[in-house]
Amino acid sequence: MKQYQVSASEKKFISWHLLVAILALAVGSLFGPLQAFEHAGWDFYTYLKPLIKSYYQGLTVHGVLNALVWTTFFIMGFLTFNVIFGLKRPLKNMMLNKVGFWLMAVGVVAAAIPILANQATVLFTFYPPLKANWAFYVGLTLVVVGSWVEGWGLFMTYAAWRKENANERTPFIAFGSLITALLWQICTLGVAVEILTMLLPWSLGLIEGVDPQLARTYFWFTGHPLVYFWLLPAYISWYAMLPKQAGNGKMFSDTLARLAFWIFLVLSTPLGFHHQYVDPGVPPVWKFIHSMLTFGVFFPSMMTAFTVVASLEHAGRKQGGQGALAWIGKLNWSDPSVASQLLAGILFFFGGIGGLANASYNVNLVLHNTAFIPGHFHLTVATGVTLSFMGISYWLLPYLTGKKLWQPKLAVAQAWTWFIGMIVFSNSMHVLGLLGAPRRVPLNLAPYVPAEWNSRLFQVGLGGAILFISGALYLAVMLMTALNKETVKEEVEVPVAESMQDPALSPIWLDRWAPWIYGSLALIVIVYGPMLFELIKNIALTSPGFRVW
Amino acid sequence: MSTNQMHIDPYERNWMIFSFVLLVLFATAVSVAAFGMGIQVPAPEQRVDPKTVATDPNSPWSNPGLREVSAGKYDAYILAHAVPNWEYLPKEITVPVGSSVSFYVTSSDVQHGFKIQDTNANFMVLPGQVSKLTVKFDKPGTYNFICTEYCGSGHGVMYGAVIVTP
Repeated sequence: MKQYQVSASEKKFISWHLLVAILALAVGSLFGPLQAFEHAGWDFYTYLKPLIKSYYQGLTVHGVLNALVWTTFFIMGFLTFNVIFGLKRPLKNMMLNKVGFWLMAVGVVAAAIPILANQATVLFTFYPPLKANWAFYVGLTLVVVGSWVEGWGLFMTYAAWRKENANERTPFIAFGSLITALLWQICTLGVAVEILTMLLPWSLGLIEGVDPQLARTYFWFTGHPLVYFWLLPAYISWYAMLPKQAGNGKMFSDTLARLAFWIFLVLSTPLGFHHQYVDPGVPPVWKFIHSMLTFGVFFPSMMTAFTVVASLEHAGRKQGGQGALAWIGKLNWSDPSVASQLLAGILFFFGGIGGLANASYNVNLVLHNTAFIPGHFHLTVATGVTLSFMGISYWLLPYLTGKKLWQPKLAVAQAWTWFIGMIVFSNSMHVLGLLGAPRRVPLNLAPYVPAEWNSRLFQVGLGGAILFISGALYLAVMLMTALNKETVKEEVEVPVAESMQDPALSPIWLDRWAPWIYGSLALIVIVYGPMLFELIKNIALTSPGFRVW
Repeated sequence: MSTNQMHIDPYERNWMIFSFVLLVLFATAVSVAAFGMGIQVPAPEQRVDPKTVATDPNSPWSNPGLREVSAGKYDAYILAHAVPNWEYLPKEITVPVGSSVSFYVTSSDVQHGFKIQDTNANFMVLPGQVSKLTVKFDKPGTYNFICTEYCGSGHGVMYGAVIVTP
């Protein structure tokens, strides 16, 4: 049976997303290792002075490009693909999606100019009253609005499909992608309000000051669900694509996979105060309520862990795997896409455990803003998510371009070097954090660093060096694939794992949108509403801006 | 109707029960630590005007430092600032061992952090807000307090110390 044919113009449109994403990763990842090298005492920033003024300008480039641009562009491209291919239907209104893409692209340029001019060295959290050039805030707004518009294009496509297929269950990859896009629409309201009501008018000189506590609250309204916006596309691949690639396995539980996605939609947003446990202006009762909800959102991740491992086990046994764990060896480790995603999943497991520690209300007192935090999110977003996206691109790029993947063995080596480099880097960052090392500090220069941290600081640099090599390998494979003269003979098969049970047998309420949307909005109003109302009522726009970099 | 049945594998059901119990255990541990052992996070204390907090003679942060409230009990008013040179005022406080010190920290410019090494004290310092936590120092020694939030190019050199004398 021939697979559904995505049109050439749609393929091209999706590959633009990949292009911007990978360019962002290329530049952003150049600056990642520079922070790690500084920790080890090898300061390259002195040589970059004419171009990049400081460690913090480099850190801003790294954070904005890797955490915001690479992820958002890759995700919007991947979601678009999943909706088209999953629903077996072209985009309803491609012009709308294109408008969204170009808004995002213009936004990236608008934000990049002040960053490169050292006018926006505010890191990717841009906490006021650090005050960036207005173009930085305009750029971020355009990226968010552009991603909304692309999301609307996907929802319209779904509505058209639903009309044509009234009684069908939404195919899983489209279903998960639409929920991810919806989650993003809801949660980005926080940062949109932050920028449009405070930061942008303030940077333009229209208002004198901002309220930093309120700004943080808006920011983290978006900041934690952002994590799920990164993660859910990787989950879609782990659930519904990886089992197929790893050994022709089937998805263990379609029903519970769908339930997990709905729980993510409902619980991802109303828990942002777990990033503000030690903020002065939020009463402990709200922090505690959000901490309990944070434990709640861990539940669908546990469900995901079960279904994904069970589906992989199905694949491994199908390939003749035996024993309690020996089937793991029978998975298709020589496929770079499989190796990347399996290794990403393994490190993500440890990232999840660290996340539970951060989320634990008072345990966070010893971890907050220490090196433990970047150690943690380099296991989650920088490995669980990023290494999975790299793995996806190993089949997606050949699929989109018709070019053969260049040197698959090198791509496998890329996955392993990322895995090893991240273990070395992240482990030492976690340990440094527990010893009390703060995050976002050029520790080689900090006067309070005791000698016993030195071996760990060296390991941070070593991990950074391995990751640098791995990043370079990834870019080489992508570039050479795009330029490859060798083409694939037939269109690359899109790996979609069937479900063990017929999805049509799953309860109908798992394919109804309204109750879940109302539920998630209601929960947000209940657990965010009172505190937001309180903060807005008592707003004090007393903080003028500072440029102290 | 059979189409509305939720199919859950027995292994999966057990795993979900295990996950749920695990999370309840974690939540219980955190709650016991918070409400039974009193390991609490900061609560709203007071709001101030960051533009005048360091200069207004009625503001305790115009004359930051240590005040003895009663025997062995102290209030420490600490001002964090990036302008002009990324420091805490005062840079150092000295208390005898066994003292209980309540820290009242605010910022006159950007956001800062305040983490006292080897203690549970760790909080954000925001302009316009006062952060408060109380620490009991049972062992003599030097406890550095360091800035844990990016506050500009001098963030990495911003620190001070509590000296606990025997």
